[in-house]
Amino acid sequence: MKAKSIKVDYLARVEGEGGLYVKVKGRQVVDVKLKIFEPPRFFEAFLRGRSFREAPDITARICGICPIAYQMSAAHAMENAFGVKVEGPLRALRRLIYCGEWIESHALHVYMLHAPDFLGYEDAIQMAKDHGDVVQQGLSLKKTGNELVTLVGGREIHPINVRVGGFYKVPSKGDLAPIAEKLKRARDAALETVRWTSKLPFPEFERDYMFVALRHPDEYPFNEGRIVSNKGLDIAIQDYERHFAEEHVQYSHALHSIVRGEGPYFVGPMARYSLNFDRLSPLAQEAAREAGLGPVCRNPFQSIVVRSVETLYACDEALRIIEEYAMPEAPAVEVQPRAGNGFGCTEAPRGALYHRYRLDDHGIILDAKIVPPTSQNQKTIEQDLWEFVPKHFDLPSDKLRWQCEQAIRNYDPCISCSTHFLKLKIERE
Amino acid sequence: MANLPAGSVLVIGIGNAYRSDDAVGLVVVRRLKEQTQGSVQILEHGGEGADLMESWRDARAVILVDAAHSGARPGTIHRIDCRHQPLPHSMFGDSTHAFGVAEAVELSRVLGRLPPRLVMFGIEGESYKLGTELSPAVRLAMSQVVDTVLEEINK
Repeated sequence: MKAKSIKVDYLARVEGEGGLYVKVKGRQVVDVKLKIFEPPRFFEAFLRGRSFREAPDITARICGICPIAYQMSAAHAMENAFGVKVEGPLRALRRLIYCGEWIESHALHVYMLHAPDFLGYEDAIQMAKDHGDVVQQGLSLKKTGNELVTLVGGREIHPINVRVGGFYKVPSKGDLAPIAEKLKRARDAALETVRWTSKLPFPEFERDYMFVALRHPDEYPFNEGRIVSNKGLDIAIQDYERHFAEEHVQYSHALHSIVRGEGPYFVGPMARYSLNFDRLSPLAQEAAREAGLGPVCRNPFQSIVVRSVETLYACDEALRIIEEYAMPEAPAVEVQPRAGNGFGCTEAPRGALYHRYRLDDHGIILDAKIVPPTSQNQKTIEQDLWEFVPKHFDLPSDKLRWQCEQAIRNYDPCISCSTHFLKLKIERE
Repeated sequence: MANLPAGSVLVIGIGNAYRSDDAVGLVVVRRLKEQTQGSVQILEHGGEGADLMESWRDARAVILVDAAHSGARPGTIHRIDCRHQPLPHSMFGDSTHAFGVAEAVELSRVLGRLPPRLVMFGIEGESYKLGTELSPAVRLAMSQVVDTVLEEINK
């Protein structure tokens, strides 16, 4: 049988770098391997022996792409270990800073990394030559997200104001007023973004995914909730490791996550949206309906629309928080370390980010486990390609390679916390 | 950077302090900060492209210092005048950002937002693995790098 191979040495527009290998024999896909070279266990080792106070900053700095998510999952895990609950305006500020991270992360992916795929450009730079105004819109939306993160989180290279128990300094109500004006403009821009992305050409592709995300009784999830799926899972965060497992795969140093006894699953905007549509603000729900999205979305190529809806929600939610905000008396809750285990799971822009720490009675980290969203999605990305490639066999090789890259970018995979180099290879035998 | 005094130079060190030689840009600007004592604007940056574009928005003269990866001998200093030549992604693609410094420079060029003077110093790195130490070759080159950037500042 004649074999065909497509080779891509570098997978662009993916945060961090990793590798993909697809092998096609005749009209059959015979192999798909997504390779990620450095798993998070390297920085888990880095955390051992350090104080609980350092965990939010160290994990945020090592990752760098979504520092707030790392700070939040780490802080929640420590607070869980020490029996501390952060409530009221401090809790609201955490949601607020998370809104900022979603806005900046989603705007970057929608405009600079994903949109060029749909419009047929090699990258945002080429796209800017014809669509300068679109790129400017993305940059300005992202900037508002950055400014919100900086205002609440402070910033040197990374936000430095977040700590276990709350913040080092909190803003007054007046401090938040100027950003509210910008957020109103960002909300308008995000609404336009939903409309704009909904008109992009989407390949027909749907799968019956197992969606996994946090779900909270009355909020669209950022920091808190139970871990649920559309297949009946409904567990507390501390039971994560009882229901989820990480498998070693030979071709990759990375671990592939599965739901025990069930298989691969899907985390990220599309899972959050499909499990929490009823928790979105009325404005975001209306925009989603107008964009032609139902309350559940199963086409990963439409994740660009879902990200836009979440961006709109984040602007809307940030404005609600600012309006109701009253400056707390203290910037943080007192934290007293004690020996034990702490569990945290929050919704990073790319999906559920799980942290678990074992601590001694001085709060020294004995053991750490971090499961980033991209490692949870790896197996699902591979399965998408198993199904996607046979449907598009007749495409010329370079076009097929492009569409495979696009199928990976649907997940906004962030491999930066695990590796530096990503290579893509498709082989047709 | 907003409110820059006219004529002053902005030096941006780019890197990740936990990725061995990727930290070289940060280490260089920390040294420069000690040696220039406030006469130059210094910024440490993680390398996210869109934010970089924002940080040099109003600057007249910008010097970037980042780790480079071209296959040259570790510690080699590459000087690229970004006004006159493109910044190759292949050389500065070792950042953890898909939209990093090379993309920021090239997108600025397309959008007509390049600073009037923009020079990149790329320091050839050897190791980008998780860690907080520079490799010996890069550490050895440090004084020369600092002197070279100082010369550029004073041009």
